[in-house]
Amino acid sequence: MSDTHSESALHTAYVRKEMLPERDPPASQKGAVLWMRENLFSSIPNAIMTVVSLYVIYYILAGIGPWMIGGIWDAESLTECRAIRDELYGHGREVACWAVITDRWHQLLFGFYPQDLYWRPILTLVLFGVAVAPVLFENAPRPLLIVTALFPFVAYFLLWGGSVWGPAAVAVGFILAWAILTYTQDILGSLAATLAAIVVPLLYWLYLVGPVAGWLHGLAPIGIEAVGSDEIGGFLLALVIGGTGIILSLPIGILLALGRQSDLFIINKCSVIFIEVIRGVPLIVWLFTASLLLNYFLPPGTNFDLMLRVIIMVTLFASAYIAEVVRGGLAALPRGQYEGADSLGLNYWQSMQLIVLPQALKISIPGIVSTFIGLFKDTTLVVFVGLSDPIGFSNLIRATSEWNGIYWELFIFIGICFWIFCFSMSRYSQWLERKLNTGHR
Amino acid sequence: MTIQVIALILIMGGIYWLARNTVQNLSELGKDFDFGFLSQRAGYDINQRLVEYTNDSTHARAALVGILNTLLVAFLGCLMATILGVIAGVLRLSKNWIVGRLMTVYVEGFRNVPLLLWIIAIFAVMTEATPQPRDFRGDDPDASMILGESVAITNRGIFIPSPVWGDGAMLLVLTFVASLVAIFLFRRFAHKRQEATGEILPVLWVSLGLFIVPTLLVYLAYSATGARDQFPVLAVGAQQGMTLEEFTDENRNPAICALPRTAAVNLSTDLRAIGERASIVPVETPADLQSNIESGECVLAVISPEAGETLVAGVEGVALAPLEDTVDRGRPLQFERPQLAGFNFEGGLQLRNSLIALWFALSLYTGAFIAEIVRAGILAVSHGQTEAAGALGMRSNRIMNLVVLPQALRVIIPPLISQYLNLTKNSSLAIAVGYMDVRATLGGITINQTGRELEGMLLLGLFYLITSLAIAGVMNIYNASVKLKER
Repeated sequence: MSDTHSESALHTAYVRKEMLPERDPPASQKGAVLWMRENLFSSIPNAIMTVVSLYVIYYILAGIGPWMIGGIWDAESLTECRAIRDELYGHGREVACWAVITDRWHQLLFGFYPQDLYWRPILTLVLFGVAVAPVLFENAPRPLLIVTALFPFVAYFLLWGGSVWGPAAVAVGFILAWAILTYTQDILGSLAATLAAIVVPLLYWLYLVGPVAGWLHGLAPIGIEAVGSDEIGGFLLALVIGGTGIILSLPIGILLALGRQSDLFIINKCSVIFIEVIRGVPLIVWLFTASLLLNYFLPPGTNFDLMLRVIIMVTLFASAYIAEVVRGGLAALPRGQYEGADSLGLNYWQSMQLIVLPQALKISIPGIVSTFIGLFKDTTLVVFVGLSDPIGFSNLIRATSEWNGIYWELFIFIGICFWIFCFSMSRYSQWLERKLNTGHR
Repeated sequence: MTIQVIALILIMGGIYWLARNTVQNLSELGKDFDFGFLSQRAGYDINQRLVEYTNDSTHARAALVGILNTLLVAFLGCLMATILGVIAGVLRLSKNWIVGRLMTVYVEGFRNVPLLLWIIAIFAVMTEATPQPRDFRGDDPDASMILGESVAITNRGIFIPSPVWGDGAMLLVLTFVASLVAIFLFRRFAHKRQEATGEILPVLWVSLGLFIVPTLLVYLAYSATGARDQFPVLAVGAQQGMTLEEFTDENRNPAICALPRTAAVNLSTDLRAIGERASIVPVETPADLQSNIESGECVLAVISPEAGETLVAGVEGVALAPLEDTVDRGRPLQFERPQLAGFNFEGGLQLRNSLIALWFALSLYTGAFIAEIVRAGILAVSHGQTEAAGALGMRSNRIMNLVVLPQALRVIIPPLISQYLNLTKNSSLAIAVGYMDVRATLGGITINQTGRELEGMLLLGLFYLITSLAIAGVMNIYNASVKLKER
């Protein structure tokens, strides 16, 4: 074979000795051109859709782009804004008046909270970040959990102010419950200890907290300036209601879900009725119930804060939805997990805590987070029972003579704020889902 | 068991405590628990109603109007949200990069901003950014009607043509029902034929043809013949041989009673041509018409020539004479266009801004959620299914219809129905734009007027609860029927 080759080499005029250098693919087969051909113009219908989409984007941008970019940031009132606009652009052009945001951002964010006390909500927010870190991220230092446990009381103290002894006395109730549960279990047995751990703190909160806090305050009057609930508004209000609702609804929701999955007839039926009734009726009807009817159901003469009533209702509402999401997670767990836990000799709570719930909650994370997002968006409904959330404040700002007739700037600002909160929550849930995914792909 | 007993005691105790407090509070306020207020006079007006209602009606009637309004916006919203959601969900999976991104922006934008904000924003667009009716006036108006002068978008709402049924409408409806039955029978026949012989009949085209052609033929045939019939115009106090113009010179802006109603619409169009504005009084029977003429509610009557003669002879107390002009009897189904009259539009159907804003916002918001559901449903069908069907030699539309869609729908339908449920409950946000839904009538004005918070809220809650449970029940039945049959 090699002979033939060398012979033919003698007779042929040209044999290539070295390879040609690699050449780039043709211009139509690489880079932006190829990408566009594949993704934008792969077929005639596709090309038409691309052109239509581009036109839609152009139409929207041409409509609102100049309006937004040309906006006026520095003015005292809408009239002044318009005067500046006419001066800058001549008559007939509409531009945004962002000055309403620079003028009133503090009301949209904090409501009527005293301006010199803004550090308190901000500090609360920072503390909130520290408190949720160990819950949200595994690698945060564990001692931070103490901050988490103390946070609700500190937050209440910082936001509403007043005597330090009120929240402290309430916190003692939880310590009491913990102490009873830990130390009397051997003496009383687990059922009686659990009951005592529920009943004793309840009695303490109902009858002792007031006098104890008052007495302590008399001894050592430590406190900061009190701020009323009606002064809390704007996004601060949405965050307080949403945050409290989210934190409280999760444990209640899990308990309800366990109740609904339980074999105990009465507990099961009560959970089902509670969940279905709450879920069957819109939140706005529950909010009206809170503002109109709650006083009927409480002992005569009781009258408490509208904001607290709304928080209670929002929490109950969200917990019914959480319960359904968690129930889905519980149902998705293979039967063998429950049986395995039983065969290890774990009791109900142990098997739930160690085996079932960690897996079930993992499955239900997307649902739980989307319930939270829904809850946070639904805080806007409190405007109808007379609380001033951001939308309520946009109405208040529009009612003033300076800013009468302004719409879009406020809507856009509020919308963007909500969007940032909700979108980051949904991104966090996706990240958590990926991180907790121990299955094989 | 012990736990159950303790739980029972605690729950009963809690309920007893609540009930005792309620009774005590009610007696302190001097109120009782009584639903009698439902039969009292409501005394307030409702600007949008699907059934007869005046402020003399009862509170129960007002509640019914509210319920129907809630169901109306919920139905319209579900319909549009499904269309939007399916389109956006499919397009989000499109290979076209820019279309996919655009749909992502839509979905994420609407899902992450409160519904209330969208409702208020769309309402503001409808009221602030649209022209006033008077902008439509004049030779060179600032605004003009769209879609061939038939739809007017104004800051008082959108005016669209309203359907008017004329003579022969019954025939039209019967034909349509008959063709629906024929479609059903044909599909069954085609199915049996395919089972027996394997031959596939063109079901889609035949169905489509049956759906449109017979009704259209009847409509066209009737329009070409009966609709051209000239009906006499009878006028109160007119002399024989007077023209319409001469009569209206003396009787400005006359009221019309006509059978069928299309004739009234045609007459009012004729009158508009000579610069008159006519109002139409709805009548159902010739006797109705006669009594309206006698009581002076209308001065112009249009009816078939034979019935007209008996009417002229039989009418008492007023002199009725036919005019020179006659009017077209009208087609079985006509559309009455909204017309500018004075400072507002007349005729046609007015969709109020509150309805539009609520409808669009609910649809766009829920549509974003439905888009995600649809996308997830399509992605849930593994590509192997499509390829296997292709390997069997099926064509692509059959693969879609017989393999992909049935499996995707099984994933899509349950969350879809829960979105419908959410939309229905979210329609209570009507409060933001003043749409008169059940919360606004029963749970709003009625409570304020009668002071019956407990009863009113209870009924309101019950309505929503029953609606939710009914929809959920339907969903469960459907779910059971499409579930994979396992051992």
